[in-house]
Amino acid sequence: MAIELKERPTPPPARQITTKPRRSDQVFRIIVTIGGMASLVILGLIALFLSIKGMHILVDEKFNFITESRWEVITDETGNVSEANFGIGAMLIGTMLSAAIAILVGVPISVLSALYLTFYANGKVKKILISVIDLMAAFPSLLFGFWGFFIFMSSAEYWAKLINKYLGFIPLFDVPTPIFERSPFIAGLVLAIMIIPIVTSISREIFDQTPLDRVQAAYALGATKLAMIKAVVIPYGRGGIIGGAMLGLGRAMGETVAVYTVLNVVYQVNWQILFGAGGNVASLILLKFGEAGPYEVDALMAAGLILFLLTLLVNAVADLLINRFGGKGR
Amino acid sequence: MTDSQNSNNNEKDEKMTTSHATPASLSSVASARTLSQPGTALLGTGLETRGVHAWFGKKHVLSDVTLDFAAGTVTALIGPSGCGKSTFLRTLNRMHEFIPTAAMAGEVLLDGKDIYAPGTDVTKIRLRVGMVFQKPNPFPSMTIGQNVLSGLKLAQIKKSDTDDLLESCLTRAGLWSEVKDRLGEHGGALSGGQQQRLCIARSLAVEPQVLLMDEPCSALDPGSTFRIEETIAELAKTMTIVIVTHNMQQAARVSDYTAFFLSDGGPGEMIEAAPTSRIFSSPQDKRTEDYVTGRFG
Amino acid sequence: MNKVIPAPSKPWQPTLVDKFEDLLIIVGSLGAAGAIVKLTGLNGKLGFFFAFFFTLLVANFAFHFAKRGLQAAKDSLLQVFTAMAIVVTLIPIISIVATVVSKGYKGLHWGLLTKDMALASVNDPIAAGGLLHALVGTIIMVGGALIISFPIGVLTALYLTEINGKLARPIKFLVQAMSGVPSIVAGLFILSSLVYPVTKALSGLMGSLALTILMIPTIARTSEEMLRLIPNELREAGVALGGTQWRTVAGVVLPAAKSGLVTAIILGIARIIGETAPLLLVTGGGDALNTNPTSGAMGSLPYYIWKAFLTGGTPEAFARAWGGMLVLLSFIFILFGLARYLSGRKVG
Repeated sequence: MAIELKERPTPPPARQITTKPRRSDQVFRIIVTIGGMASLVILGLIALFLSIKGMHILVDEKFNFITESRWEVITDETGNVSEANFGIGAMLIGTMLSAAIAILVGVPISVLSALYLTFYANGKVKKILISVIDLMAAFPSLLFGFWGFFIFMSSAEYWAKLINKYLGFIPLFDVPTPIFERSPFIAGLVLAIMIIPIVTSISREIFDQTPLDRVQAAYALGATKLAMIKAVVIPYGRGGIIGGAMLGLGRAMGETVAVYTVLNVVYQVNWQILFGAGGNVASLILLKFGEAGPYEVDALMAAGLILFLLTLLVNAVADLLINRFGGKGR
Repeated sequence: MTDSQNSNNNEKDEKMTTSHATPASLSSVASARTLSQPGTALLGTGLETRGVHAWFGKKHVLSDVTLDFAAGTVTALIGPSGCGKSTFLRTLNRMHEFIPTAAMAGEVLLDGKDIYAPGTDVTKIRLRVGMVFQKPNPFPSMTIGQNVLSGLKLAQIKKSDTDDLLESCLTRAGLWSEVKDRLGEHGGALSGGQQQRLCIARSLAVEPQVLLMDEPCSALDPGSTFRIEETIAELAKTMTIVIVTHNMQQAARVSDYTAFFLSDGGPGEMIEAAPTSRIFSSPQDKRTEDYVTGRFG
Repeated sequence: MNKVIPAPSKPWQPTLVDKFEDLLIIVGSLGAAGAIVKLTGLNGKLGFFFAFFFTLLVANFAFHFAKRGLQAAKDSLLQVFTAMAIVVTLIPIISIVATVVSKGYKGLHWGLLTKDMALASVNDPIAAGGLLHALVGTIIMVGGALIISFPIGVLTALYLTEINGKLARPIKFLVQAMSGVPSIVAGLFILSSLVYPVTKALSGLMGSLALTILMIPTIARTSEEMLRLIPNELREAGVALGGTQWRTVAGVVLPAAKSGLVTAIILGIARIIGETAPLLLVTGGGDALNTNPTSGAMGSLPYYIWKAFLTGGTPEAFARAWGGMLVLLSFIFILFGLARYLSGRKVG
């Protein structure tokens, strides 16, 4: 049916529409753009200054700084550093371990909570629940830390003993001596409680964006809520939820005060999550900072740099996922 | 079966003529047609509404609609926008209740049973009363084949011969020849008209008695519209179809009966319902005449 | 014609009987859970919770299976799971608030607002010390952080909404990344860039600057959201009246977003008011009142709480710590309530 044109008339070239902004607008644009660059400048400065202070440690230790698990400074009588070994391997493992526990426990609860808020709660109850959970997201980590230490610890210790009793044959749940207080497991649970409100609100926002026509299509085909959620909501929100979980991971990896309070920060590699020893990079910095000499401070700066880059990476992936999948189809 | 159906319809006739001044009972004509067609006893006795009202919050949007959709017929709901015809359509398979402020009154009877009765399983109702939406909405995460069979998956219906079902649904929706070699592609790869026919095929897979269509062609080009209308004519042999349309020519082309809805600023009302030819040639109500002759709307 | 309009109803909502049945299932499960705890070795709150959860799942499944079949029964399981998740989410927050209030009120007295901790030791009665120094320090530091981060945050938001140039996407990402910077890194940054090379001393100003880094992203993101709520017609109207972009933003957009920007400030304050780690590194955290942010150690509320918990060890010190925590929590409640109130109103 297509009509073929032998010769197409060439369209005239498009005119350029230009407006030269007035002087005041140019100034306005420059100022706003400079202000907008602030985040770039600050992040750059953080990387720069931490590198200036910590780079010589990284150069000295090379990859050992990440892989080795020793943290020792030996000084001679005059106070000069005679020998030093820095490696944050143990703390990196601790960071990953506690953050992983937080994600494994926190994300399923968050996603289910978000499903409840989006698809079950309505009216006043929904509004109140959302407010309360947002409020919880604004609680300072200090509060979680001390609540975790004074109130939550005894329950968590009891759970840890139960797990150890029945699943102790798995190396992960074994303990060398029965000390269950202030373990990575408990720290992970406190971190989970801290990230639940954050991941819940991100997941809820993503679920809220599920295209209504698809939801209706599913219901019109006789789907129950469960079937609709499986067929429409989860495929739509999967990427965004993973992104939200990554944001939670970033938060859990960089947490200082709460981990310091509920975890017995000991410089050793501890894979036995129920045993009361461990730490993460941030809590190591806080622990060692008090008595550190200038040389050791530089090592702490290097550790901070690694932590900074790590969280930056995790946040970048999270941002990518949320933006990639947050507003679109698959 | 046909006897009881007939007497059932007669009863309804009496009810309608006594309580409402509808010029001609739809169902008497309808049952004549129903009886004349072989195999339509499987269709049940169709869908009936009794005094249906609808509200959004405090706003009364639809008032007192009593209308019968006889089995195996196509009924078009026409009227200017805001007259409540889409809302009415959505009360027929209980999609109305998805709007949080929605409320309703009256009864919708499917095979003589009120679908709003307490204890009714709403998912079963929607399996029997399918729906096609204004905008094609295939599931983007599924392939064409999966889309067609998605109803079975959603309602957890076990079928052994899914390949046959897939083919028959796509054939009835007039899409088989176009997609039979690309069933593994995603639904989004199709054109708008094809997507809409895919959505029709999807709703056929669960074998509904009634198919509701909410302006199914309003987002499509004339060519696709023509194909959909062909499909509707084909489907009407085996199911009851209710179609909302803005397009009077379309109503005239595809439907056996037409109901005209109008709102005078208050709640929408059904002004007149009659066989389509009568609505367009000799409407009883002045407002219907004005609308179908294009004086407003 | 006199038409009788029936009353609107919502036949899809659960009837009283449905609600009663649900209640019966919950109460029954509670009872069964109690029985299980009594009869078996399970004990404690956790044992009860699991027993309750399990019986509720089974009871719900059985009930809906009998009533409406397998699909409905599976569907009801999801409802139980999600409702339980909400309960698990809420338990900590209720526990936290209850703990802080019940332990904290003992530490409250009027002297909190007039005394500092310069002369009070950990063994002194609670009334001997106060948190004047901490309150003043927190106000100064948060105020200082606000003065720096508000303009930067709003300019960033304006760049994203009004100019929306090529760099909008990367900047949005950087703001997001900045909000993920661990707070201790902010402290290390101030140490490495200012304290060691320049001031060589800890002070309140350093605390302010560390908090600024944490505050900017919150203000930028909230302001951006609020500016996006301003309808585009308003901007077009401003430009169509012959206003320059600058005049439109200053005269129309920002005034319209006023309450939104206040919300941004409040949420920014709430974000940093309890921030502890960087203050531990850079403020010195004195016990005496110090109103000069540029010299000398400066106390703050989080530091006060931290110190009382970690170095105290006496009942008085704990009471002080919980008292301080209650004050901090009250601030957060008030700020959050204000933000809710402001953002609940119509923007513009």
